[in-house]
Formats: sequence, structure tokens, C-alpha cells
Amino acid sequence: MEELNEKEVKQPEEELSLNDDRRVKVLSPGTLVAKRFFRNKIAVVGLVILVIMFLFSFGGILLSPYSEKQYFYKEEEMRQPIGGAKELTELSYASEAGSPSPTLKIAARRAIKANETAFTDAGETYTIEYYGDRFFEVFDKDGNLSFIAYYNSVNFISAGEELTFDLRRAALKAYEQKPISFSVNATDSTLYSIDEDGLIKRGEEDYAYVLSYSINATEEDKFFSKDFKFALIDCIENGEMKEGNEKEFTVTENGVSTTYFIFYDAAKNTWDIKEYRYTRIYDRYSAPSKEHWLGTDGHGMDMLTRLMYGGRVSLLVGFIVVIIETVLGVIIGGISGYFGRWVDNLIMRIVDIFYCIPSTPLLIILGAMMDAMKVDPTLRMVYLMLTLGFLGWPGVARLVRGQILSLREQEFMTATEACGIRASKRIFKHLIPNVIPQLIVTCTMGLGSTIITEATLSFLGLGVRFPFASWGNIINDVNDIYVLTNYLFVWIPAGVCIVLTVLAFNLVGDGLRDAFDPKMKR
Amino acid sequence: MLLLSGAQAPYMEKLMRKFVIKRILISIVILFFVGLIIYAVMRFLPTSYIETIARQKSMQPNSKSYEEWMAQLSVTYGMDKGIILGYFQWLGNAFRGEFGDSWFWTVPVTEKFHETVWLSFIMGLISMILELAIAVPLGVIAATKQYSKTDYTISVLSFITISFPTFFFASLLKLVFSIKLGWFDLFGLISREHYHLTAWGQFWDKAAHLVLPITGLVVLSIGSLMRYTRTNMLEVLNSDYIRTARSKGLSERNVIYNHAFRNTLIPLVTIVGGSLPGLFAGALITETLFKIPGIGYTSYQAMVAGDIPFSMFYMVFLAILTLAGNLISDILYAVVDPRVRLS
Repeated sequence: MEELNEKEVKQPEEELSLNDDRRVKVLSPGTLVAKRFFRNKIAVVGLVILVIMFLFSFGGILLSPYSEKQYFYKEEEMRQPIGGAKELTELSYASEAGSPSPTLKIAARRAIKANETAFTDAGETYTIEYYGDRFFEVFDKDGNLSFIAYYNSVNFISAGEELTFDLRRAALKAYEQKPISFSVNATDSTLYSIDEDGLIKRGEEDYAYVLSYSINATEEDKFFSKDFKFALIDCIENGEMKEGNEKEFTVTENGVSTTYFIFYDAAKNTWDIKEYRYTRIYDRYSAPSKEHWLGTDGHGMDMLTRLMYGGRVSLLVGFIVVIIETVLGVIIGGISGYFGRWVDNLIMRIVDIFYCIPSTPLLIILGAMMDAMKVDPTLRMVYLMLTLGFLGWPGVARLVRGQILSLREQEFMTATEACGIRASKRIFKHLIPNVIPQLIVTCTMGLGSTIITEATLSFLGLGVRFPFASWGNIINDVNDIYVLTNYLFVWIPAGVCIVLTVLAFNLVGDGLRDAFDPKMKR
Repeated sequence: MLLLSGAQAPYMEKLMRKFVIKRILISIVILFFVGLIIYAVMRFLPTSYIETIARQKSMQPNSKSYEEWMAQLSVTYGMDKGIILGYFQWLGNAFRGEFGDSWFWTVPVTEKFHETVWLSFIMGLISMILELAIAVPLGVIAATKQYSKTDYTISVLSFITISFPTFFFASLLKLVFSIKLGWFDLFGLISREHYHLTAWGQFWDKAAHLVLPITGLVVLSIGSLMRYTRTNMLEVLNSDYIRTARSKGLSERNVIYNHAFRNTLIPLVTIVGGSLPGLFAGALITETLFKIPGIGYTSYQAMVAGDIPFSMFYMVFLAILTLAGNLISDILYAVVDPRVRLS
């Protein structure tokens, strides 16, 4: 089909080729410019770079699996405290109605230390019944149980059980007489038994055990198993002390063995239990990898994605600024050049004044002020573009005015005047289009310099601010010498992007200038 | 001036004087309005910002009290008056050289200025000499060998240097020469053991600290000067008198260096003359990046800290330098090139 079509098209052309008018291929001025431009290899290279940069910044965003403000985390192994263990060398007290009064505790403690069977407190006499040397029952003068004093702790096999006073009393009492069977109280007929190791069975099932250590988890919902606690105590008593008051032991639970570390804290007479645990932290400055082709930045964001969004911001800021200054410049320069005389004089003096305003210091001061006023980053960007655009128009105005001054004297302008065309139409329909070639060149070059200005301000922290990315503020990280030295992947790519883009704009601008005006070639 | 022939000389001189006076008067008028705009911008800064800054400054040790700062501000800047009246008050003070005390440096603005400006000037002067020494020959070579490989290389290189942002190039310089090679310090003008060195050693210490900043300044600015030289040289080479010189059978060397290059000097002299005042302006970004205590870095610190007296002084100073530069290049252009009509 295609071949057929081609033949059909070719035939009439062959006929026409005999015609003299058609023999010379007529090219429009635009085509000529394009031809001249594409003959310039350097300019074409610039154009290719620009296309790539645009695809990267605007198309890349669509392809990137990540978003501009997406944080990444990583898991890091860190020794984290999970609990503490302490040998029970101090008496504890408990009664049915809670804890006995402090004075009563002190009196009881003194009596137990002195191995006395009776003591008085607040005029009342109490008797102590000894069960071994780690459990004691204290009775008042009527022979009723007042409270119990004990060293050991009662631990359950499974989580969620509540230790009642009766159970504690029965278990601790039984522990001193082990092995023995016992019941908790008169109303409860369940039979418990305790073996040599201190393991308590309820009926046939393992229920609880008694330890001379208190072992607590740091987190409330964490529950230590019997195996863990036994291994821990074994480690405390028999483990080999390593450097730094450290011992380690391994527990195998459900087929997984975990190594724990315990550190003796002499001041508190406790053992801190630690284990290697994975913690979620920001994945800062991670090296390039399959997930992050250019690594991540100081906030834990994907560098490549940030670069794309940064490119979008830098290019957009560049374009908007150049559009603002061109529109202002063309209008003001056009009026000035066309009307001449005092209008021209006045406008050109205004241009001179704007030319003299030192723009960098002004931008720095405004940036610092916006910092102090905590202006919203989006608003800041708008202000930045407006300021840059408003400071940049005098250059365009001068160019347009100069061009128009010379064009005004040419015959075609006399013709428009003779035709009686309106002044505004003469300026914008007949004069300005003739200025457009120079304007395009200036704008292209201007885009490059605007991008540099924006990047410099953002680099100083006075332009586009986080959370927005811009090529300038990405490089900002090099202010940290450590980043400058070690994380080249953080700042080099952004710098290369700026250089390539600005270079491309300059090359294309230069190529366009040559293409528009071959007489002025270089 | 030597180009003026005897009979024309008095007339031309009269014209020239008129031209210069006119330009100076226009410059003064422009300066007046530039100052007004700068003053207005400062006045339009939110009052709360100024008060915050003044309050912060008064917290500093050895500082004046908040009320004193604000009172001084009102006196120097006429804050209590309208913009126009206030501007005239400030202008009056400025004429007497009273720019007030810097908030950030807590010394009179002019004192700090005298302290720092010479370092910037020296840096600028050295960079400019190097820049000319490198860029002009390269530009001439590129023009004489138009469309050759050398020409393309030089052109592309000049475009690359134009396209580098200062901060990126400075970072690369630091990475290579300070960190990898360890030849220079990263920041500052003096090293830690500076005060234990002999006078000569101190001089070399400072010189070594200026190497990287000056390299940065020179490399990033040769591009445009190179292209400028090349364009002008090409224009001259295409002119009729060069064809005449060649057809006379002069050697190519003679044509290029005696006939073409001399004429290329005309635009070069004007552009160089015009940039002379700029040597005092300081390289704001470069100095800041290398923490060189010249006028640029000093002003940057002041501006970021919201030091209004210093900022205003610096901006007006820059405006004066720009105007002076334009004036010098206009006058030089008229003086050096007899073809320019003085009207």
C-alpha cells in the first residue's frame, strides 16, 4: 500500500519538475533558519541535551515509582535494651488488703534480720512464722495473718495471668517445702504441686515457677518465657564475664535462637538485658542501589526522583521568569523605541535606573526576610519568580528599543504609516515580529542565566526551599564537609544537570543567532 | 586622543568635555533614583522584621539596648518620616559619610567597609589580570583559526565555563584541591598557625588561601571575555583594511598582530575600563563560598542577618560602581575610537 501511495505522489511532481518555477526549491525563511541551525553540530548537540533534560524532568516524573516528598526508611540492627534483671536481696511485703504500713514493714524487717519470732509495732505485738529463709508470715496478736514478707518472685508460664495474694502466699510457702502438693485456699479445690526446680503445676499442666530474681521487660506488652528466664539466670550465675561487664546467652524458642547480651550495672546492682533489634530510621545518604539509582539524600528521599522534580522546578522558574521579563521588556521597549523623543528618553532613564539596582544583594535581602517571616515555600517560589522577572526586563527593553529604532527608519514602516495603520498595530504587528529573532536568542540565553541565578539563590538557602526540590537546593548539602567529601552522588548529579542545561541553552541560543543572521556568523 | 588631528583638537575637546559633563550629570540623577528605590525597598520591609532584628541585636553582648538601636535607626534612616522626607534625611547623612553603625558588625559601616574592601580589590585585580592574560590570547587564536578544531575547542570550553554555577565549580575545586589533594585549606584567609609564622610566611599563607577563590573567579569569567575578543577580532579580520594589508603582501603575523589586534583592543579597552570600578564590588558568591573576609562575604553575612545599615550602604555602593563603570566605558569608547560621534 505504501509503495503505491508513493508512486501516486511522485508522478505529479515529475511533471511539475519541468516547470522552471518549481525547479528551484523555494524555502520559507523559517525553513532556512531551521536548515542553518541543524547544520550547526554544536547547536544540535545543545538541542539534544535540552530535549533529554525536558524528558528527564517532565517525563521522568511519570516513570519514577516515587514521589517528590516520599521519605524512605531503612532497618538498622542496633542493640536495644529489652529489660532488666535483679537478684532479689530485699524483702517485699504483701497482704490481702495491699501493702502494710511503712513502720510495720521496717519493724518486721528488723525482726526477721535478727531472727526474732515476735516484735511490736504501735503497741501491737506480732509473731513471725519462718518458712525457710526466703518466706515469712506475720500474724497479729489474735493469730490472724497480717501480711507476708518474701524475697522470691512468682512467674507464670503464659502471659495474662493475674497473681493473687493467695496464690503468691501458697506458692512461696510451698517453694520452701518443695516438693509438695498444695491448694491455694480453702474455697479453691484445684490441686497444685511444686517440684525441686520450683516449677508449679496446676493439675497436670505447667503453671508457674518461683525465682530468686525479678525480671522485667522494658515494654509493657513484652512477656519473657520460662526458658528465657532460666537461661538468663543461668547466664548471670554461671556465664563467663566478658569485657565491659558483659555476658551473653542464647535462647532457642520455637526453633529460633536469639542471642541476648546482659550488662552488669554495679551502681544499681542490676543486669540490663539487650538484644540486636531492627529499628526503622530515615534512609539517609544511602549509596546508589537498584531501588535508588542515585542513592538517597539527607532527608531519606530518592535522589533521582528529587533530581527530576528539581529539574521541573528549575526549568519552570526559568521559563516563567523569562516570560515575565520578555513581556515587560517588549511592551516597554516597544513603546520607547516607537515613540522616541521624550518618551524614549524617559523610559531609557528608567531602564538605566533598574540596570543599576544590584540584583543579587536585593534578592539575598528579600530571601533573608522571607526566612525570618517564615513565608510558605510555595509563596516564596512565586515571589522569587516575580522578583527575578521584575529585575530582568530592562535588558530586553534595551534590546527591543534598539532594534525598533533602526527598523522604524526602514521603508516598510513608512508604508504602514502611509496605509494609516493604528500605532498599536504598527508596533505589535509590524515592528515586534522583526525583533523576534533577536528576542528568541536573548530569551534562550536568558533561560540559562536565570537557571543559574535561581540555583545560586536556592543553594544559599534563599530561593526555592524544602520540601520543594530544585537543583540548587539539592547541592546545598555540600555545605556539610562530610557530604562534600563522601557523598558525591548527592551533589555531583545535580551540578551536572545545571551545567548541562545551561550549556544547552547557551549552545542553542548561539546556534539560533547564527541561523537567524548568517551575516553575523560568530 | 593622539588620534585627533591638530585642527580638530580644540573642537573635539570641547565636545568631549560637554559629553563627559552630561554623562556625569545623568549618572547623578540616576543614582538619586536608584538610591530612592533601594531606600523604598528597605522601608517596605515589614516593621515587625526590623523590630525583631533590632531586638535580637540588642541581646548580643556589648550591644546597645533595643531602644537605642531603634532610635539610631530613626535618626539615620528617617523611619519616623514619610518615604521621600526620610530619603532626603538619609541622603543628607550619607553625604556627610554617616551611614550609621552596622547591626551585625557593631562598628560603623564605613569602618567595616575600609577593613574589608581592599582584600576584595586585590582579589579582583589579580583575577582580572589573569583573566585578560588567558582570555584575550585564546580569543585571538580562536578568531584567526576560525572553524578549525582549535576554534571549536576554545568555543565549547568557553561555553562550558559560562554555564558553570559558581557554587558548583567552587565545590568541585574544594573536593579536588582541598580534600583529595590536600593542597589548600577549605575556607578562610588564614590558617590556624598563621600568627606563629614570620611576616613572609604570613604573606604566603594568605596567598595560598586565595588560590582557589581566584581560580574559580578566573575560570568562570574567561568564557565571556574570550567570546567577546573572538567576535570583535573576527569583525576586524573581515574588514576592508585587513584585506588591503593582506593584498600589500604583509606577513600574516604582521596583519594579525599589528593591524587586526590593535583594532580589537578598542572594544576590549572600553569593556576592561568599564569593569575597573567593579573590582571594588567584591565577589559576593565566591567570597561567601570560601569564607574570604572581603567586602562580598562581609556584606553577605550582614544581609542575611538583616543588617539594614550595612545592606543599604553596600547596595548604594554597588550602584555607584555600576554607574562609574558605565561612565568610564562610555568615555573610553569616545576617546579611543575616533569614529564615535559625540552627540
